[in-house]
Amino acid sequence: MITIPYITALTTYFSYGLLFAFGQFRDFFRKIFDWWRGNNLQGYAPIVLGLEDFYTRRLYLRIQDCFGRPISSPPDAWVNVVERVSKDNNKTLKRTTNVSRCLNLGSYNYLGFAAADEYCTPRVIDSMKKFSPSTCSTRTDGGTTTLHTELEECVADFVGKPAALVTGMGYATNSAILPSLIGKGGLIISDSLNHNSIVNGARGSGATVRVFQHNTPSHLESVLRENIAEGQPRTHRPWKKIMVIVEGIYSMEGELCKLPEIVAICKKYKAYVYLDEAHSIGAIGKTGRGVCELLGVDTADVDIMMGTFTKSFGSCGGYIAGSKEVIQYLKHTCPAHLYATSISPPAAQQIISAIKVILGQDGSNRGAQKLARIRENSNFFRSELQKMGFEVLGDNDSPVMPIMLYNPAKIPAFSRECLKQNLAVVTVAFPATPLLLARARICLSAAHTREDMIKALKVISSVGDMIGIKYFPAEPKKPQLEDGPVKLD
Amino acid sequence: MDATQIAIWNTTTEAVMNMVKSASDWITFAIDAPSARTVVFGVHIGGHLFVEGLLFVVILFLLSQKSYKPPKRPLTDKEIDELCDEWVPESLIPPITEDMKCEPPVLESAAGTHTVINGKEVVNFASANYLGIIGHEKLLESCTTSLEKYGVGSCGPRGFYGTIDVHLDCEAKIAKFLGTPDSILYSYGLSTMFSAIPAFCKKGDIVIADEGVNWGIQNGLFLSRSTIIYFKHNNMESLQNTLEKVTRDNKRAKKLRRYIVVEAVYQNSGQIAPLEEIIRLKEKYLFRVLLDESNSIGVLGSSGRGLTEHCRVPIEKIDIVMAAMGNALATEGGFCTGSTRVIDHQRLSSSGYVFSASLPPYLASAAITAINILEDSPQLITNLKKNISILHKGLSDIRGLEIASDKESPIVYLRLRKSTGSLKSDQQLLEDVVERLLKEENIFVTTSKRSTLDKCNLPTGIKYFVSAGHTESDLTKAYESMKRVAAKVLDGGD
Ligand SMILES: Cc1ncc(COP(=O)(O)O)c(C=O)c1O
Ligand SMILES: Cc1ncc(COP(=O)(O)O)c(C=O)c1O
Repeated sequence: MITIPYITALTTYFSYGLLFAFGQFRDFFRKIFDWWRGNNLQGYAPIVLGLEDFYTRRLYLRIQDCFGRPISSPPDAWVNVVERVSKDNNKTLKRTTNVSRCLNLGSYNYLGFAAADEYCTPRVIDSMKKFSPSTCSTRTDGGTTTLHTELEECVADFVGKPAALVTGMGYATNSAILPSLIGKGGLIISDSLNHNSIVNGARGSGATVRVFQHNTPSHLESVLRENIAEGQPRTHRPWKKIMVIVEGIYSMEGELCKLPEIVAICKKYKAYVYLDEAHSIGAIGKTGRGVCELLGVDTADVDIMMGTFTKSFGSCGGYIAGSKEVIQYLKHTCPAHLYATSISPPAAQQIISAIKVILGQDGSNRGAQKLARIRENSNFFRSELQKMGFEVLGDNDSPVMPIMLYNPAKIPAFSRECLKQNLAVVTVAFPATPLLLARARICLSAAHTREDMIKALKVISSVGDMIGIKYFPAEPKKPQLEDGPVKLD
Repeated sequence: MDATQIAIWNTTTEAVMNMVKSASDWITFAIDAPSARTVVFGVHIGGHLFVEGLLFVVILFLLSQKSYKPPKRPLTDKEIDELCDEWVPESLIPPITEDMKCEPPVLESAAGTHTVINGKEVVNFASANYLGIIGHEKLLESCTTSLEKYGVGSCGPRGFYGTIDVHLDCEAKIAKFLGTPDSILYSYGLSTMFSAIPAFCKKGDIVIADEGVNWGIQNGLFLSRSTIIYFKHNNMESLQNTLEKVTRDNKRAKKLRRYIVVEAVYQNSGQIAPLEEIIRLKEKYLFRVLLDESNSIGVLGSSGRGLTEHCRVPIEKIDIVMAAMGNALATEGGFCTGSTRVIDHQRLSSSGYVFSASLPPYLASAAITAINILEDSPQLITNLKKNISILHKGLSDIRGLEIASDKESPIVYLRLRKSTGSLKSDQQLLEDVVERLLKEENIFVTTSKRSTLDKCNLPTGIKYFVSAGHTESDLTKAYESMKRVAAKVLDGGD
């Protein structure tokens, strides 16, 4: 739980209030100006009405240079960030030809497969030459190649389920699978901080959606009890089925899911468990098999395991793993299987090769080294940040670590100052986080060396002093560390 | 009322009167206070006034009470435990039936115009490789360069260092090719539709859509929570009536955002939307148009710029153009193109763009190269058009089957002349035909499949995806073999 200091909350509210007031003020004059000039909509309603894009126009545009920075290299440990200039107060940004070489703390390149890899890249290029970049067809028509069947077997084996289905995009996996599994008369109980793709899938399914407090098994239990007792709204008939949806690592919090407790509760109340391992698969666990392996949960207890390949594997696409029957059924009904172009063959090969490296089937121990490195790097970086007095969220072993900023003015300040010192960081604010809880998010990679991390820590510390985000005294009691539930054997 | 009733009525009234009278008498007597004879403002305060006062108080008292509610007793923990124990969920999936078990053919080489299935070379009519550029040398070359430079994935959404320079180049290239101010890349064809539509259509907006639109659009419409009205498939009269009715019935319609959603070439039928007519109606009723050009970019028009070029309509008239790139461009992902305002709005409001990793850079390079190939070799389009017309002609007199698609559509769509009566047995019959074509004739075509989630109820059929790369003998083989197989399979059918 984040407890925001009183005075910080006050100044943060004040800042947003000021931004809002000025925005309204400008909108007011803009309206008068527009009225005087006459509108040019010719009878159409505007594409966005009034307040719908207020946030974008008046808050986001001021700091948009902190987001969407183009790069001209692979998203590896170091990236070439392309500089942009604006001639109209940040409303539009133009690319220049200048680049600055920055240490990358933003990409989800947990295992360092983003850049060309000695084992993967030659195989990927061979597959691309053999199968071309696309099949131009859906999986059920002419889009299933030998590579696709191999990939599905490989993934099922890796995550520890009897069968798997792979699609070309993680987001579409969630949003197309959920409607195939549950519909009207069903109940989805979703963690309050679940990813937008899950929210969209749940909404698209037509099932009733309830939310439980982020990562709080006790609240999940009370929601389950209440809803089973109540039944469906108005008719009070019993629910057809209940599905509990959680993520392995929460990407904005860096927290690990309390999976053992949640699985036990779901078992007790006969609810199905849907686990999204987008950030955890490949990145954690002794052999990279994700949160189940790390926390010692039997994969047989998780009914549906979902994950994406855009993170640790440095590819694209998503998977669903489950029992043979579930996959058979999904292959017959899931729109992402029936209507979408099958995953690009070279991307499929990248995943197969990356899994082989992770499992050491390439004949080297690079995979094991990568896994050890990401864990060491994460724990080192996290503890150093905490020692400096930053408010760092998340659990040990998680490669995602948010640093709390709170104040809206500190978002661009942190991002721009870091960039000046050749550090590419990600800042996140509303709507990805609650309004008050703006943060910077560090994602570590196995590709980072010790020197890289020391450089990054130096920069972050100096920027932290400059903008005042060391909310704790240096060397604090570290309350987060004690209740970190995870310790690897 | 008959006499007895009146009598009863009278007696009852009388009895009541008597009772009141005696009661007031009794009270007068009982109190017999000086007040009983007091006169206030010239009114004698008799006993009956006292009773009326009392009644008034009682009524007030009753009115002040809440209406009766059964006492609320929350369930005890034990009762909830019992309910939880009793509850039996349905199984996660329905029982597996035989038709769910069938597996699609597995390709052993690239999905070009000729491919290998089960060790045999077959002619491929199952890939929407319209320009025949799968395996094109330039395409492979640019992908190789890109893979070596950028790796495979982008490892992040566009906002967080997932924007790679080729993405921006690709967006500029698409906009330039189509003659629009700007465009935006999506990482998957399917997500283009279901993300872009909810970015524009919101709760309360009015959307008029064709009933034959593909699932991606259906899903986008559902997620938008707008008021959705479907019109008959590709029927302009129906569209006009719907527009007329909506505008007439809804007084507030002028203030709401209004959209028409159509596909250029319908994935589900191969029909082509009559764009001039749609533009005429849109301008008359002031609706915006969302057009899905997935199967028309690189196909229709003299230089492959899609339906707008085909119908000689300036592209500015279409407010939002969406397309998947997994067809003619032989890559993956999708794009949306239109005015700067329309595109910029999506960069923050379109969920599939904001919350998903960006398109792998080599696929963006492939898209740029594909457009270059298209611009450099206009004969691809001429070939494709010629092939379409050959196959269309060849397939036009098949026993038991008729062509449902437009004669210029790159998807030649055959459906049963006479349905067997049930969707399932129709589908089975078509599957039989397709299977025999593959086994006996080495021609790879597919049937259209419908997910149970798909609301489209156009008849299913057999689809031929024509490519510029098919040779004349491929095409001849395709329709000759179909004649033979249809004669065998569909003969007994009707
Ligand atoms: C509708 C609208 N009005 C006004 C503005 C800009 O207003 P101002 O020049 O006051 O910042 C924008 C800018 O994005 C806009 O989109
Ligand atoms: C939990 C979760 N699920 C799904 C996705 C979507 O995956 P993709 O980027 O492959 O579309 C993400 C991506 O950020 C995610 O964090």
